[in-house]
Amino acid sequence: MIVLPILIPFLIGVLCLLVKKTSLSSTLSILGAFLQLGVAVWMLTEVVAAEIIAVQIGNWQAPFGISIVADLMAAIMVLITAVISLAVQFYALSDISKALKQKHFYAIVNLLLMGVNGSFLTGDLFNLYVWFEVMLIASFVLITMGGEKAQLEGGVKYLVINLLSSILFLCGIGLLYGKLGTLNMADIAAKMVDVEDAFLINSSAMLLFVAFGIKSALFPFFFWLPASYHTPNIAISALFAGLLTKVGVYALIRSYTLLFQTQFDLIQDVLIVVSACTMIFGVFGAACQYDIKKILSFHIISQIGYIVMGLAIGTPLAIAGAIFYTIHHIVVKTNLFLIGGLIERIYGTSDLKKLGGLFKWSPAFSLLFFIPAFSLGGIPPFSGFWAKFGVIRAGLEANHFWLVGAALFVGVFTLFSMTKIWAEAFWKKSEVESPPHWNSLTYSSVLPCVVLALITLYLSFFGNTLFSYAESTSAQLLNPSFYINALLN
Amino acid sequence: MNIVSLSTKYVYPLLIALAVISLYRGHNLPGGGFIGGLLAASAVMLHALTSDWEQALRRLRVSPEQLMAGGLLLATFSGIFALGGGEPFMTARWMETFYLPLLGKVKLGTPFLFDIGVFFAVIGFTTKCAYSLGTYKY
Repeated sequence: MIVLPILIPFLIGVLCLLVKKTSLSSTLSILGAFLQLGVAVWMLTEVVAAEIIAVQIGNWQAPFGISIVADLMAAIMVLITAVISLAVQFYALSDISKALKQKHFYAIVNLLLMGVNGSFLTGDLFNLYVWFEVMLIASFVLITMGGEKAQLEGGVKYLVINLLSSILFLCGIGLLYGKLGTLNMADIAAKMVDVEDAFLINSSAMLLFVAFGIKSALFPFFFWLPASYHTPNIAISALFAGLLTKVGVYALIRSYTLLFQTQFDLIQDVLIVVSACTMIFGVFGAACQYDIKKILSFHIISQIGYIVMGLAIGTPLAIAGAIFYTIHHIVVKTNLFLIGGLIERIYGTSDLKKLGGLFKWSPAFSLLFFIPAFSLGGIPPFSGFWAKFGVIRAGLEANHFWLVGAALFVGVFTLFSMTKIWAEAFWKKSEVESPPHWNSLTYSSVLPCVVLALITLYLSFFGNTLFSYAESTSAQLLNPSFYINALLN
Repeated sequence: MNIVSLSTKYVYPLLIALAVISLYRGHNLPGGGFIGGLLAASAVMLHALTSDWEQALRRLRVSPEQLMAGGLLLATFSGIFALGGGEPFMTARWMETFYLPLLGKVKLGTPFLFDIGVFFAVIGFTTKCAYSLGTYKY
């Protein structure tokens, strides 16, 4: 039954294609999102009990057929995907215009979710490529949906660079298949141990690294992200910001804990340098922006750096920290984009220079922004502090002092950007008497932000639960023979 | 009536027949749902070229979106079918082979159902694309 997270969005998407009335398709899509949330919770409890669940599609046995595998990592990611999709679809009710909904917005969002879930659950490298393509096509349509000039420009940049990544990914898969004769991830990992030919293996490892690096916006491949993420409707940006780059990160973690675990020592130095540069360049990019959406886009990059830093350190604590960081980041970043959208709706612009006075008008709304923003900035006791604490402590224990130094330095700058938004939009005196479109805030658009903020608070004060899950996940990831045996026997 | 529209009148049913034949033989031989779908869609497009899109779509009777969705639902159903018997998603289930005059040995099963689904989805998608490009107003 673990194909359900892939099947549900697919079926909902197809049904949305048939439905003409937009109110019906949005109801259908939200019902589907609830259903998916239920399935994801159920799947996580099953995986916690059974440790790993695998299904061979079409009953073709493991190295030959396509395996769908849910281990703890995949189950957690599917759950957080369901949460984000529900929040974003509620928000989209008032954010997406009727014209876009008639252009099958809901069908495409559901296909995107199918691609995301498929990438998390697949146990086959080529199948992963297929899910990446599903995501790429759906996300390209979503970016350019409005048909505005900026959207087309951003969309083309996004498409071209991501196609390049797909080609590199495919080349890497081809080299691996030529060498090992298998595409099943467990089988590749099992066969990799005996391979002497370092040349071919390392070249495919690097090809996959660059491919996933582009997808997850690592340094020096991140430039497509700030060029495209601020152009579509905010609900779409929020969905992308929460999920898409994290799929790339997930693929990176999977590759270097499973596929190339024997090559990890070789890649580690590259990962360390790249993660440090990603953090630093992302945060510098954000520091010089004056548009909320662009600041947030650049912050995705620097935060990805922290997650990859966890992977680069590679100790059990570091991987657990990276997983905790990923979950915290998905919730917080989606929420910040959604709230940024609300601010833009109130003022008609997201340019910080034209904003102001929000704190005076609504302390409640300010609190709503305060929670995710300062969680992202890493202020205790918010979840961002614990997330950073996890990775940084792991770095100290493994004696990566200058990497830790970079992370701390970037933390200060992250706080600086968040304070900039806070000071400009909330504390600064407004030029206008009252915010122009205050009553454009509807329940359906504020509610998801409140729920996501509550999740952040939960992670802040009861983060232990998630952290213990993250620790058992990292134990599973660092013991690849467990995954291999579960699939091949 | 020029030569292209005249020949379309006769080529249309032939193309559809060719599409159905290649759909049917596709399980073990070259052909299948995708190629069959493209062939059938080419018949629709030929009709649209020689007359206009409204007539061509009216001849299809259902809208391209409905064809797409219907085909995808059919393909999904062929996958879900095996779940009822407790087998993994997409496991092939075959009927017993039987003999028919003209066709010879007939072997039907869920993979064939999947192919039919792909067939309709491809017709729908291809005609929708061609329609959108062909009727785009600058």
